[in-house]
Order: sequence, then structure tokens, then C-alpha cells
Amino acid sequence: MMDSIEPKTLQPEGAAPLEKADPAIYPPDEAVAAPTEIFEEPLVTTQEEERISIASNWTLVWWRFRKNVLAVISTVILLFLAIVVFIPDFFATMDPEETNARLAFIPVQRIHWLDEGQLKPWVPSVVGKRDPVTLAMKWTTDEAQKTYIRFFGTSWSYSVLGIFDSNIHLVSAAKADQADDDLAAQIFLLGTDRLGRDQWSRLAFATQISMTIGMISVIVSVVLGLLLGGISGYFGGWIDNIIQRLIELLQSLPTIPIWLALTAALPRTWSPEKVFFAITIILALRGWTTLGREVRGRFLSLREEDFVLAAELGGASQARIIVKHMIPTFTSHIIATSTLAIPVMIVTETSLSFLGLGMRPPAISWGVMLQEAQNIQTLALAPWLLTPGLIVIVAVLAFNLVGDGLRDAADPYSH
Amino acid sequence: MVTQIHPLIKPANDLTREPLLRVEDLKAYFFMDEGIVRAVDGVSFDVMPGKVVGIVGESGCGKSVTMKAILQILEAGAKIVNGKVTLRSRIHHGDPNSAEELIELTHLHPNSRQMRRIRGAEIALIPQEPMAAFSPVHTVGNQIMETILLHQDVSKKEARQIAIDVFRAVGISMPEQRIDSYSWQLSGGLRQRAIIAMALSCNPRLLIADEPTTAIDVTTQAQILKLLRKLQEERQTSIIFITHDLGVIAQMADEVVVMYLGMVMEKGSAMKIFKDAQHPYTQALLRSIPSVQSHPRVKLPTIAGSIAHPFNRPKGCPFHPRCTHFMRGVCDASQPHLVEVDEDHFVSCFLYSEADGTKKMTKTGAALAKEESL
Amino acid sequence: MSDGMQPLEPKAGAATKSPLLEVRHLKKYFPIYKGVLRKLVNQVRAVDDVSLFVREGETLGLVGESGCGKTTVSRCILRAIDPTSGEILFREADGRVTDLAALDRREMRRFRPQMQMIFQDPFGSLNPRMTIFEIVSEPLYVNGMRSKTEREDHVAELLRLVGLRTEYMARYPHAFSGGQRQRIGIARALALNPRLVVADEPVSALDVSVQAQVLNLMLDLQQKLNLTYLFVAHDLSVVKHISDRVCVMYVGKLVEMATTEELFQAPRHPYTAALMMAVPRPDPSSRDIIQDLPGEVASPANPPSGCYFHPRCQFATEVCRTQTPELREITPDHFVSCHRAEELHLAGIKVNQETQI
Ligand SMILES: Nc1ncnc2c1ncn2[C@@H]1O[C@H](COP(=O)(O)OP(=O)(O)O)[C@@H](O)[C@H]1O
Ligand SMILES: Nc1ncnc2c1ncn2[C@@H]1O[C@H](COP(=O)(O)OP(=O)(O)O)[C@@H](O)[C@H]1O
Ligand code: SF4
Ligand code: SF4
Ligand SMILES: [Mg+2]
Ligand SMILES: [Mg+2]
Repeated sequence: MMDSIEPKTLQPEGAAPLEKADPAIYPPDEAVAAPTEIFEEPLVTTQEEERISIASNWTLVWWRFRKNVLAVISTVILLFLAIVVFIPDFFATMDPEETNARLAFIPVQRIHWLDEGQLKPWVPSVVGKRDPVTLAMKWTTDEAQKTYIRFFGTSWSYSVLGIFDSNIHLVSAAKADQADDDLAAQIFLLGTDRLGRDQWSRLAFATQISMTIGMISVIVSVVLGLLLGGISGYFGGWIDNIIQRLIELLQSLPTIPIWLALTAALPRTWSPEKVFFAITIILALRGWTTLGREVRGRFLSLREEDFVLAAELGGASQARIIVKHMIPTFTSHIIATSTLAIPVMIVTETSLSFLGLGMRPPAISWGVMLQEAQNIQTLALAPWLLTPGLIVIVAVLAFNLVGDGLRDAADPYSH
Repeated sequence: MVTQIHPLIKPANDLTREPLLRVEDLKAYFFMDEGIVRAVDGVSFDVMPGKVVGIVGESGCGKSVTMKAILQILEAGAKIVNGKVTLRSRIHHGDPNSAEELIELTHLHPNSRQMRRIRGAEIALIPQEPMAAFSPVHTVGNQIMETILLHQDVSKKEARQIAIDVFRAVGISMPEQRIDSYSWQLSGGLRQRAIIAMALSCNPRLLIADEPTTAIDVTTQAQILKLLRKLQEERQTSIIFITHDLGVIAQMADEVVVMYLGMVMEKGSAMKIFKDAQHPYTQALLRSIPSVQSHPRVKLPTIAGSIAHPFNRPKGCPFHPRCTHFMRGVCDASQPHLVEVDEDHFVSCFLYSEADGTKKMTKTGAALAKEESL
Repeated sequence: MSDGMQPLEPKAGAATKSPLLEVRHLKKYFPIYKGVLRKLVNQVRAVDDVSLFVREGETLGLVGESGCGKTTVSRCILRAIDPTSGEILFREADGRVTDLAALDRREMRRFRPQMQMIFQDPFGSLNPRMTIFEIVSEPLYVNGMRSKTEREDHVAELLRLVGLRTEYMARYPHAFSGGQRQRIGIARALALNPRLVVADEPVSALDVSVQAQVLNLMLDLQQKLNLTYLFVAHDLSVVKHISDRVCVMYVGKLVEMATTEELFQAPRHPYTAALMMAVPRPDPSSRDIIQDLPGEVASPANPPSGCYFHPRCQFATEVCRTQTPELREITPDHFVSCHRAEELHLAGIKVNQETQI
């Protein structure tokens, strides 16, 4: 049993030191090449174990994420909203800016899927009656008159991401191309507003603007946060001090008055595009601070990690250590945090626009649309004007659920 | 959770040869999304009055869960699924002359008044995490006094005096001043002594020490071990001493329980376990640890492989993938049971006959191991 | 910086091999700041004037209780942290001697391949986002081996060398047990064919039943590859098991350095002797041998005057309270920093033939 009881003999006197000049890692020495005894148990892994053992971190995150039903459902909702963001025209049934005072406050037309036992979707047509006192039109829907609808019909042409043109639309009235002014040839799936603009089509475009503002301001925040937080955490010293004080300053400013002041200062004459960019920047300006703090903290603690030291001792450059070792360890976390930041941005934009300080008509955003629903009278008269609020809630919830799901999946042991 | 107790009231000295605590076939599992962790899977042992029982095993083998199951302080998600824990409890807690009753702890509700009184007054715990034992916002003395007031019928002033006395008993100098300090003001060694003081403050008859010296250095560890031994002898307290360190167990325990993956592999007196181990795991473990008394730079015999993950515990004998005496078709087929191989010396291994504890095969087991090593 | 090396050269006859590494008067003080203005209020003397040397092909064990500065010494030697003062002389294969303490980060990169580290924590030392192949091959890649097949061959060879299957290359660290991870860490440390390997508590975090595997592996590799080890641990039995020579630290200072046999059988420093007597032995019949050392370890932020050990030393005299003892060689290859080293006769540990078997 104990054959090696004698103390280990050291190398003989004057043993030649290992050849430094030899780039080969091990000289072709028998003793070196012979494998040591393999202590490990035989390789009897099941397929399942094998699958887990070669699963990268992202795969593991995905496996944990998909167990979270709410998060998966929310992801599907967000993917759907993303499609709307990219091709709102596909969803729109008419020009969202086209006003027609005659058609104000048309109520929601509910879709019926079956017609006399057959699958033939239709909506009840709108019928107008003039109020004898106010002379305003009062619209109701009439189940007896059917406006048939069709899916993937053709209408006006639009550009898909600037790559190609299409004229296919998700839904339209069956006779849309025939008579222009015939009410039976138009559908208003979510009714119309004060100016007779189609709520459904406006919502598609509002989704595009509001989601984009949320995303872009978060992306700007992430870039700023990664950059400044990374510099702060990795280099430390006076630059860290300056960035930390800046973060503290920005975080101590009362947000709402600052936002109000900044957005109110935007010149009325600016084009919607300019306002759009200005608003994303204003939102990002404070948004990066939380992330910056977090990135800094991660860098600080990662600098102490043994595997980072091991890479340094192995000769890896600083750039390599940051890119290969540090950033990958917190990307999943950053993605989760950013996902959770998007709804904050969306709500902020919506609130500002609602107050008339963010996006302004003719631009369309969820906030701008909700502005239409500002008084009780309209609400009582046309409750469908609140649908943008519903969408905001769904989007915000979905982002939060996905963000939480991602965070739990990325860091299962944190709680 | 009905508490059905039939107190067997007997005079105190009728039971001196009876165990103070008896654990029988205890099983505690964690039910998790990923599966069931059989953390403790059939553990039995007795604690005799005034004796130190050492539970030794590598980390994750279920030592802490056993202790928590006895005290009924398992985390949510863990459940005792089988077994019986019987305590000879004094009717008047803390009173050495009190009459006794037999209580089945497994029948008590974890939060029942009786269970709460038993924890602290009859069985006290020295936890593994010294920082977690005390709250940082109250002085150490106040926390000890609180325990005393909870379990004993004394005034505040008397409680303070008791606290000072136990502080002195555990070798803390200037106890009158130290008692008013916060735990974070004490050094590691002092904090460990304060924890022992708190555990002793209500005169428990059984002390459970869960790795009490794992977080401290060897010179402090020697002080604490010496102190525990002295207190144990003076007060005749029974101790369940949990550790992964075979050296510490050899210094402390009268009886030793060797655990592996939630099961008892071997149990017996310390002398038997360290000088005449019979179970292949105990034997291999003892041979593979480096000792200050061995020759330097000598290769040690090793145990192949590593401890199985709790989710895929091997079938049959939990040690079989690493055992050099593994018998195909036997060890991986069913679980061995504890058999008495010698007086009060139990082994759970198929090398020993379940009928009479004799070695089944002539050329295997301990005999072979001994021959090999000579 | 390549002046001739005049080490604490042991007296003639003691040893014939020349040191690969010599540390002279190494100090590392960590500042303690307080308040908003970050005023310097004190310093932690984590390493306080340590001198030691490691001969080519040997294992020097570095032992001491936690917080005595072992990790700080080993990280200073590897220049993972910058020493406050002192010299770290390293002899390259061609005989040139360089003071690593005087090099900057860029200059240090030339020496990195020659000295590598094995870490304590088998979990924190492997990047969980990388496969075993990526982990072990990274040093090869950054040192210029760009061909993937070449790297794969080398990694396979390294894995075999440390007793792991080459099939494991594609796996991630989460698929391995602590002992296996430690082998992976060793393979990475060996990738660049280092001459000095600093192992900071390489088995402390492992299960007892796995420790011996890793210790045996390290002994094997040393023989095969002519490695020089600086082996840091708090466990005396582990240090004894692997070292040719051992040094003992107490509160940032080196108190004794000698060959393993001599240090354990005839310690000359009272702290070494007390430390050995405090180790619990896995032998119930040795209960009365174990002795405890009164008092507590001093704080490196506020060390006592004179000999740092004097408040706990049963042999302390007046001179111990006032004068700091220097490390000196009292018999060939036996260095002690105690005023009374010559006169004291301390009990050591006898080798137990029985436990050997
Ligand atoms: N809170 C918990 N949740 C899930 N599993 C646990 C928990 N606590 C312990 N376990 C499992 O129970 C087993 C035994 O743990 P424990 O008793 O703490 O071991 P030790 O012997 O080191 O004290 C381990 O395999 C561990 O994985
Ligand atoms: N980065 C640091 N900042 C401040 N103090 C430190 C730092 N690193 C270590 N120390 C202190 O230095 C002393 C020595 O630490 P260390 O070298 O880690 O000891 P060991 O490895 O022997 O346990 C300890 O008192 C520790 O608190
Ligand atoms: S039962 Fe079999 S596998 Fe288990 S310890 Fe005994 S001989 Fe070994
Ligand atoms: S110098 Fe004095 S106090 Fe220090 S170890 Fe020696 S005898 Fe003890
Ligand atoms: Mg435990
Ligand atoms: Mg250390």
C-alpha cells in the first residue's frame, strides 16, 4: 500500500533548469508525457448531465427563464409590441393624422368572428344620428348592418424598415378600396377621438414613438452608465471621485421639477424629431446614474475576484481582462436592470406628454393620446380614449415581469 | 401536529443508565423544484448523560440538518419525514433535581410553547456562525439575560448576576464590564466564549455545538476545546459535538458517529473508531488525512472520486462509487443497515453479516486493509 | 537591478542549491482611512519586515494563523499587489537576478509566465462563463499561441497531467466538484511552464477526503516538472506533509524558518512550539498532550512593542518588551527571530510510526 514511504528525492544536484527558450510547453520527456493516474470516477454521465455540463451561462439562464411562465408570456407581448414598433403601418387601418370633425367620437366596433355559422369576421356598422338640440352627431353601432373585414388585404403602401415596400395591412374593411366616404367601408376598431382620428391607427404609431423613446433613452443610459461606471470602478482614484460626486449631484436633484423645466425649455418651434431626441437625452441624463453605480460596484468587486487575478498572472492585458472576464460576468445583470429601466422611461415620457411637456401634437405618443382623455366629460362620453392607458399598463407590467424573470434567472442564488 | 404526549413521570435517578436523548431512524428531506434532497436519511444514535457524542462527516453530509431536525428548527422546505427523537426532559427546566418525563420531540409542534421551552432550557445550541448568534444592536449581556428571563423564574437583577457568573465560568476576564459590550466589540475568541456562556446560562443538560471552532484559529480553538471539556466535566452536561475535523473529534468525543451523505456509516467509542475502525469509509478517511505526526513528503493513500451531489445520490451504499471493497450486485443494490460488530460498535456495510455482525468474507474489509498497510 | 545576489545565504554545508527567489525585508502596510476627508489614521502592518528564500526545486511551506499576512506575502511576491518596501529577488533560468519589487506593471509581464499561482477558492478562481478549454488555454493564447489545434493539444496534455479526462474540455466549471476544479486551476497554473508556483491554501476549501488527492498530485507534479513551490496554509499538518522547509509567521513577521523535520522536532521559537501543541491530533489517546496558548493574536494595526509575541510568551523577559528580535540563523539553515532562541529547549512533535502506517 505505502510503497512511496521514503521521502521524495529532490532533483539531482545541478539539474539543468527548464529550457526557457523552448516555446513548447512540455519537453518531450517520458515522465512528463505519461499521464498521472486518473482519480476521477469513470465517465458515466447521463445525457442529461452531459447536456448541463456543457451548457454555457446563457443556456442556463434561458433554462431558468423559460420556467417562469409570466415572464415568458410577457416576452411574447413585448415581441408583439416590438413588431408594432417596426411596422406600425401594417397594423394601422387609416392615416393616424387624418382628421374629420364629422366623424368625432365614433365608439368601438366590436369584432364578430362568425356570420351565420361561418367564419366570416365582421363589425357592426356605425350609424349617425344628429342630436336635435346640439346638432352634434351621435354615433352608435348597428348590429343589423354588417361591415365585413378582411385580413392581410392591400391598401396604401409603406416602407418596412427602409428595406422594401409593402402595401399589406393586417386588417381592413372588406370594401375599403371601393367607396371612400361610405361609412360601411370603414372600420374604427377602437373608435375615434375628438377630431375624428382613428384611435386604433393612432395607437399603433403611438406605440412606435413611446417604446422607442423608452428603449433609446435606456440604451443611452446604458452606454453612459457602462462607460462612466466602468471608468470609475476600474481606474479608481480622482476620476472615480469626480464621477461619484457627479452621480450624487444628479441623483439629489428633484427629478420632476428638473424634467419639467428642461422639457418646458424646448422651443415650441422644434420639429417633432428634434423634440423626440431631446426628450430621450433628458431622460437618459439621469437614468445612467443608477446603472453607473452598479457597474462601478461590479468592477470593484470583480477586481478582487481570483479568476481576474489568475488572468492577470497569466499575462492577459487589461483590455482583455475587462472585455473577456469582467463584462461577461455582469452582462446578464445589466440586461435585467436595463429591462427594468425601460418602463420607468416609458411612464416618464407618458406623464410628461400627458402634461403637455413632452411630445407634442402632431407627434403621437401614448402620453399625447392620453391628453385627449383629460377631462371627465370626454371620459364619460368616450371611454375608449383611455385604451392607450391600458396599453401603457400592459407594456410596463410586461417589461417588469421580463426584467424580474431575467434577474432571477441570471442570479438564482441572490435571494 | 397534534401533541400526544404521555409523560412517563419517574424519579430522577431511575433513569441514569438510560439515554438522555435518543434519535431513531431520523429522516429529513428538502423538497425543492429540482428534486428531493435526502439531507438526513436514517440517522440513529443515543446521547448518554454526561457524555460527548461527536458527529463527524464531510461538509454537506447532513450534520447540521440532523441537529436542526432534533431542535425542530428546520428551514422552510425541509421536513422530517420519518423517525423519532425522544428526550428525557426535566419537568422543571433548569432544576437539576427535578423529576423527569420522556418527550417525543418529533410529536411537538415546532412553535409550541413546550418546544420553545425545551430549546434553551433543556437543549442549548452553539451555532456554526458566531456572528449570527448575537444581534448587533443589543448588548451581549442583555441578550443572555433575555434568555435567562425567558426560561427561569428570576428577577432582572438576578438574571444579570447569573449572566455575569456564566461569563466568569467561560473564562471571560472582567465579566462585569464585558457583559455590557456589543458582540462586534468582542474578538473572535471572546465572542465564541460569550456564545458558550449564553448556551450555558439556563443550565441545559444537552448542548449541541455545531462546528463551534471551524471559524477560529488553531490556538483559539485549543482554548475553546479545553474550556468545553472543563465545563462538561464540571457540570456533567451532555454534548453533541458536530465537526468535519477528525482531530477535533478525537480530542472531544467519547462516542463518535461517522456520517456520509445523510447516513451513519459507523458509530462507537472514540477509541474504537480511531484505533479499530471497521467501515471502509472511516478507514480510508483516517488513512488519507495528513497528520502533524507523520513523516513529511510522503504520499498519502487517497479516496478516489468525490462526494456525490445530493441530487443524484448513489443507490445502495452511498459510499459505493468510491469504496475499494465495493461488491457489484450487493453494495449498489440495497442499503446496508447498522450492525453491531463489537460491543457498542456499529457499522453499516455489507462486509459484515446482518445476523451477527461477523465479517462475511475472510479476505476483505478491515482485515484486508490492515494486511495491506502492514 | 541585476546585481549579484547575496542572500541570507545559509552557512556552508547546509544546502547546495541556490535560491530561486529571495525576499528581503518585505513590508506591506495597508492604510486605514477615516471620515469624509479620508484622513489616514493608522496602518495595518499586514507584512512587517519579512525575509525568506526558496531554493530551486523545493517546497517552502508558509504557515500561520489567519490574518498573519500569508496571503499578502504571496501576492506581493507575484506582484498582484505592490509592496510598501523591500526586495523580491528572482533568479531567471539564465542566472540573471531581478528585483521584482522595482518593476512596473509592463516590465512585470515578462516574468509572469515564470511564476504562477494556485488559489484557495475552487469556485472563485475559475471564470464561470468560460469552458475548461478557454480557462486553461487563456495563458497560452495571450502568450502567443494562436493556433487552436495546438492549444487543444496542450490543454489535453495538461488535463491528463493533472488527472482529468480530456473529454472535460468543453464543460463549464459548474459541472465539476471542488477537487476537480482545483485540478483545473493547477492545469492553468502549469500551462506556461512556470518555475515558481505559489499555492495559497490550495486544499483548505476541499473536503477532507479529497485533500490528499490534490496534495499527492502536487508532489507528483513537482517531481515531474522540477517545480518550486511556495505553499501557504494555516494547517500545520498539511504544511508538514508537503514541505521541505517551513517558515512560520505571526502578526506580519516571520518568526522561524527551518527544514521541516527540524522545525517540527526541535522548534526554536516559542510561538512555533505553542502552535504545534495546539493542533488537535486525530488520536483520542493524545488528549492531554494538546495545550492551549493563552491570550489572543495581536492586531496588525496595533502590534505590541518589542517582540510581537511577548504578551503571550511564557519565556518573555524585559528585553522582549522593548527590542524587536531580528531573524537570524542560529544553526545551519535554521532561522529564528527570538532573543532567547539559543537557550530555550522546546518540545516538538515526535513522528508517530504507528500513524504512518
Ligand atoms: N436550506 C437548504 N436548502 C436545500 N438544501 C439544503 C439546505 N440546507 C442544507 N441542504 C442540503 O442538505 C445537505 C446537508 O446539509 P448540512 O446538514 O448543512 O451539511 P453539514 O454536514 O455540512 O452540516 C446538503 O447536501 C445540502 O445540500
Ligand atoms: N486589502 C486590504 N486592506 C486592508 N487590510 C488588509 C487587506 N488585505 C489584507 N489586510 C489585512 O492584512 C492582514 C493580513 O492578511 P492576509 O495576508 O490575508 O492574512 P492570511 O492570508 O495570513 O490570513 C489582515 O489583518 C488583514 O485584515
Ligand atoms: S457496503 Fe459495500 S460499498 Fe459500502 S462501504 Fe461496505 S463494502 Fe464498501
Ligand atoms: S523574543 Fe522573547 S517574547 Fe519573543 S518569543 Fe522570544 S522569548 Fe518570547
Ligand atoms: Mg454544517
Ligand atoms: Mg490567506
